[in-house]
Amino acid sequence: MSALKIKKGANSHSAYNLRPNFSDVVERHTLAVLVENEPGVLARVIGLFSGRGYNIDSLTVAEVDHTGHLSRITIVTSGTPQVIEQIKAQLGRIVSVHDVHDLTVEGASVERELAMFKVAGKGDHRVEALRLADIFRANVVDSTLESFVFEITGAPEKIDAFADLMRPLGLTEVARTGVAALSRGD
Amino acid sequence: MTRQMTGAKMIVQALIDQGVDTVFGYPGGAVLPIYDEVFQQNSIKHILVRHEQGAVHAAEGYARSTGKPGVVLVTSGPGATNAVTGLTDALMDSIPIIVLTGQVPTFMIGSDAFQEADTVGITRPCTKHNWLVKETDKLSGVIHEAFHVATSGRPGPVLVDIPKDVQFATGTYTPKAPSTSHYQPQVKGDLDAITELVEAIEKAKRPIFYTGGGVINSGPGASQLLRELVESTGFPITSTLMGLGCYPASGDKWLGMLGMHGLYEANMAMHGCDLMINIGARFDDRITGVVDMFSPKSKKAHIDIDPSSINKVIRVDIPIMGDVGHVLEDLLKIWKSRGRKTNSEAVAKWWKQIEEWRAVDCLKFTQKGNTIKPQYALERLEALTKDHDRYICTEVGQHQMWAAQYLGFEDPNRWMTSGGLGTMGYGFPASIGVQMAHPDATVINVAGEASWLMNMQEMGTAVQYRLPVKQFILNNERLGMVRQWQELLHGERYSQSWSEALPDFVKLAEAFGAKGILCDNPDDLDDAIMEMLNHDGPVIFDCVVEKHENCYPMIPSGKAHNEMIMGENVDTQTAIDKDGAVLV
Repeated sequence: MSALKIKKGANSHSAYNLRPNFSDVVERHTLAVLVENEPGVLARVIGLFSGRGYNIDSLTVAEVDHTGHLSRITIVTSGTPQVIEQIKAQLGRIVSVHDVHDLTVEGASVERELAMFKVAGKGDHRVEALRLADIFRANVVDSTLESFVFEITGAPEKIDAFADLMRPLGLTEVARTGVAALSRGD
Repeated sequence: MTRQMTGAKMIVQALIDQGVDTVFGYPGGAVLPIYDEVFQQNSIKHILVRHEQGAVHAAEGYARSTGKPGVVLVTSGPGATNAVTGLTDALMDSIPIIVLTGQVPTFMIGSDAFQEADTVGITRPCTKHNWLVKETDKLSGVIHEAFHVATSGRPGPVLVDIPKDVQFATGTYTPKAPSTSHYQPQVKGDLDAITELVEAIEKAKRPIFYTGGGVINSGPGASQLLRELVESTGFPITSTLMGLGCYPASGDKWLGMLGMHGLYEANMAMHGCDLMINIGARFDDRITGVVDMFSPKSKKAHIDIDPSSINKVIRVDIPIMGDVGHVLEDLLKIWKSRGRKTNSEAVAKWWKQIEEWRAVDCLKFTQKGNTIKPQYALERLEALTKDHDRYICTEVGQHQMWAAQYLGFEDPNRWMTSGGLGTMGYGFPASIGVQMAHPDATVINVAGEASWLMNMQEMGTAVQYRLPVKQFILNNERLGMVRQWQELLHGERYSQSWSEALPDFVKLAEAFGAKGILCDNPDDLDDAIMEMLNHDGPVIFDCVVEKHENCYPMIPSGKAHNEMIMGENVDTQTAIDKDGAVLV
C-alpha cells in the first residue's frame, strides 16, 4: 500500500484523498490497480464492485511483472466524487492490492483500446469500409470476398466513432479489449 | 533450520508457534489428518462445539475478551458453509479470527466431490482475506501470514482452505518470522492533521468524544490514553455499542451509549456539539439516524485505521488515518506541549446544558406489580455482579439494548455483542469462548429466549468442558424487537413474532446435566440471581418478564438525534412516518 501522509488539501501523493470536494456530478475515472497475481484476485476486485453497487464501464487485466507476479488491472468506472473516493479506499484495503492510482486526477494520461470489427458487404459498401478504415488507420487482419475484419487501436472515443461509421456499412461483430492506460511523462 | 513434516503436523506446529492455546472446532472427513495431529499433542486445547457456527462465535468471544486472535478448525463443505455467519459477524465487528477449513484433495476440486464447496469463493466477501493452499511447502508460510493479516491494521477474519492431500504430503516447515509481505498498514497518524485537531480542541465550546470499537481493538493502552485525554480535557464522552468499556461507565464524563437506543443526553449532545471527535467509530446507521440531519453544526474529526471508513457516510473536516493508540499518544503529546489549553468557560456552560438533558433521566422505569420488568432484571443483575470479575455477552434484540443501557462497563474487553451484523445466536457460544479464556471469571450471557434457542445446542459444549457460563434469559415469549417494530410500524399486526411451544428451560438445563432456575416474581429475583452466581456450573436462568415492554429511548427511523421518543406516554402509531418506514 502506498504511504498515506495526508497534508491539508493535498491529494497528489496518495490514491486516497481524505479531504475531497464532494459534488453530485457523476464523473468517469480511470483507475490503475496493481495487484498480486494470485488465484481469485480478479474475483476480489469484481466482487467489491458488484457487492457495493459500483459501476464498471471497462476492465482489463494482465500480468505486467512476471518475476514479481504483479498484474495491472485498469478499471474505468463512474460515480460521484464521494463514490469514486470510496471505490479507491475499498480497493486499497484488499490485501492483494499493492497500489491504486487514479489516472484521471493524477495528471495527464494516455488511454488506448484495441478493437476488432467484422464488416460484411459487397460493392460500394465494401469500398467505403476500406476507405474509412484507412482514414482511421485500422488494419485489415482477415478478408473474404464478402467481409473484412479490421483491427483498430485508439482512445475509446475513436473506436466508438469508427463503430458508428461501420454500422451502416454492414458491421456484424465487434470485439473490444477495454481500456489500458498509463500516466504521461515519468 | 528447515524441518520436514506433513501438512497436518505443520498446521499444529504453526498454531503452537503463533502462541495459540485454544482451538474451537468440529471434525469431519477433510480434516481428519489435522485431528490426528491434534490428538498427539498437549500444547493446544481443542474445544468440540456442537455446530460450526458456534465454533466461530466462541472464537470471537475468546478474541474479544483477550485481544488475541481466535482460531477455528472445521471440515470442508457444510463445515465451511456453517462458518459463514460467524465470519460475516467478525468482519462487520473487526474481530481477528483465523478459520482453518479442510477441502477435498486437490485432484478432486471442481468435480462436485462429497462435501466439496467452493469455500474460498463463498467466503471471499465475508473474510478480510482467504487462501486456498495447494502445496504443502507453502502451508506454514500462509498460516503465519494469515495471523499477520487478521491482526494487523483493521482486524478481521481470515480463512485458510487446506485440501486433504496437502495435509498428508510432506513438505518444509517455515518457522514464524516477522511478516515481509507488502501488507503493512500504517499506524501513525499525520502530525499536521493531529495538530489541526489539537487546535480545534483548544477552541471548542461544545465538544464531544464519540468513541467506538476501534479503541478496544487498538488494545488496553489505547483505552488508558483515552481516559487520560478525557480526564485532562474535561470533555464529555459517549460511545457506540462496540466501544462500551473503553471509558468507565462510573466516570463522571460518561454520557452513556449513543444511537438508536442510546441515552437522551448522549444523542442531544451529539446533535448540539460544535466539535465531534470520532475515535475508532464508523458513523454506522444505528448511530447517525437520518444522515442529512446528523449533528448539523459541528466540525467533525475522525480517527480511523481504515481509510474506507473516512468520508464513507459522513463528510468529516479533520480526517486522521491511523491506529487509535498511536494517534492518541501523539495527540496528547502535542496538546500538552502547547500548554494543555481548552475553552474551559464555554465547556462548563456546555456541561450545564448536558446536566439539564441528564435530568430528564431517560432510562427511568417503574417496577410495580408481580411481573418482572426486563429493565429491573438487568438493574438487579448489575447490582449483584458489578464487583465480580465479570464478562457480559449478549444475543441480539431488546435485551441487548437494555443490557447496553443498564449494565456498566468499567474496562475494555468485558463486553461481547454482535453489533454490525446483529447475529441472533451469537451470545451463548461467545460466552463459551470467553469462559475458556477466563476460567475463573463470572461470564454471563444476557439473552432473549428466541435468540438463545438459535444456538442452544452448545449446552452440550458448556457441560462437557464444565464451563460455568450463566445464561440469563429475559423471556418475554416474543421476538421483542420485531414485535416493537410491528407495533410502531405495522399497525400492531404481530406477524410471526411470538415464541410458541417454548421448552421448559429448567427441564432443558437438567436434560443437558446443567442447572435450571425459573424466576417470575420480582420479590424472588435477587435470591434467584444469587443462586445462579453461586452455582459452580452452567446455568440456564429463565427470567420471565413483562411481555409487551418496549425498548426506549429510541430514535425512530428516519428521524434525527434530537427527535427521540421516550419511554412514557408514547403515541406508538405515529412515531415513524412513511419515509422512515423503508429503513431498517
